[in-house]
Amino acid sequence: MGAQLRVYKRRIQAVTATKKITKAMEMIAASRIVKAQRKVAASQPYATELTRAVTAVATGSDANHPLTTEVETPTRAAVLLITSDRGLAGGYSSNAIKAAERLRERLASEGKEVDTYIVGRKGVAYYGFRERKVADSWTGFTDNPAYSDAKRVAAPLIEAIQKETAEGGVDELHIVFTEFVSMMTQNAVDARMLPLSLDDVAEESTRKGEILPLFEFEPSAEDVLDALLPRYVESRIYNALLQAAASEHAARRRAMKSATDNAGDLIKSLSRLANAARQAEITQEISEIVGGASALADATAGSDK
Amino acid sequence: MAAELHVELVAADRSVWSGEATLVVARTTSGDIGVMPGHQPLLGVLESGPVTIRTSEGGTVVAAVHGGFISFADDKLSLLAEIAELADEIDVQRAERALELAKSDADAAAERRAEIRLRAVAVL
Repeated sequence: MGAQLRVYKRRIQAVTATKKITKAMEMIAASRIVKAQRKVAASQPYATELTRAVTAVATGSDANHPLTTEVETPTRAAVLLITSDRGLAGGYSSNAIKAAERLRERLASEGKEVDTYIVGRKGVAYYGFRERKVADSWTGFTDNPAYSDAKRVAAPLIEAIQKETAEGGVDELHIVFTEFVSMMTQNAVDARMLPLSLDDVAEESTRKGEILPLFEFEPSAEDVLDALLPRYVESRIYNALLQAAASEHAARRRAMKSATDNAGDLIKSLSRLANAARQAEITQEISEIVGGASALADATAGSDK
Repeated sequence: MAAELHVELVAADRSVWSGEATLVVARTTSGDIGVMPGHQPLLGVLESGPVTIRTSEGGTVVAAVHGGFISFADDKLSLLAEIAELADEIDVQRAERALELAKSDADAAAERRAEIRLRAVAVL
């Protein structure tokens, strides 16, 4: 076998092995999307009921809770950025990071300091490489988050917002995550979690045509709100983590699908080249044989004369 | 047909139980509260403990809830809890083992969780 042909054969083998791996990853990601979507759906009733309850207390009582009232001049904001632990998911993590950068710039232009909290190894690596300060980070659960993970993430955020700004607390809480729209569409979005913008919440409930009843609070409106808001933040973070996980799998599936397709194309063009090389080799051998034979014939014919 | 209320018992990651009921008894931070159809709209903070639901078929459903909220309006009652389990789902032996383990480790939170589970089973 000629050297040329051997090189092609080896490359085809390598690409075939890669294709097998990417194909397997694609199928694993596809099956996990469904699981992740189911988890998003399962967490929905709790989130809806909780939002309803928060709206009810916040609109139905004149409780003046620090978590629902906007500070006149907010000076510091916390941003929670949700990325993935693993790569090979196309632009998934970098899109989320870019969205966080934009939000950061916007907040900075409004004169706010930004504390960054990060979920996922990719985001941590990005900030670590640029030697930026990170207030806190968590890794190891992005592809299958549990409620306890959301609680762990929420705890320091809630603590920061309850602290006075002068003592290192924050006035606002933002979250950047990748929203799962459909199998094909995932958007990196940012949202303000706290202080609650009641207009949005109220608008949502009036759109559904609901009239909020006058609740009796047990033990009191303030206590209920005190207990509700941390749960609300946790549930929002949990929902964001679940959507991000679903988006991550969808992004990985798409990236791996195009990798598999590209590997297929590469194999096709490489085998064409290998075939041409083989054919060239055969042609050369034949012409060598024919050439040799005719040279021999010429030689014997010459000696006969 | 007696008046009934619709109950949704939801945990953070799933919907645990839903159906029609005539009476729901739960423990709020200021004491036990019983809710029947037509109750005034209510929003309260739940203590960890068993919740008893009398279904309209005459059965009883008991669930262990670990903190959360009760909200009632328009004959719809929602019980929100981070963790909620039906008494039928609770594995008594496992809960007992967890209780012993928690006692030996002096893990107060785990001990309370295990105790609530066992109490819920006892109510049933």
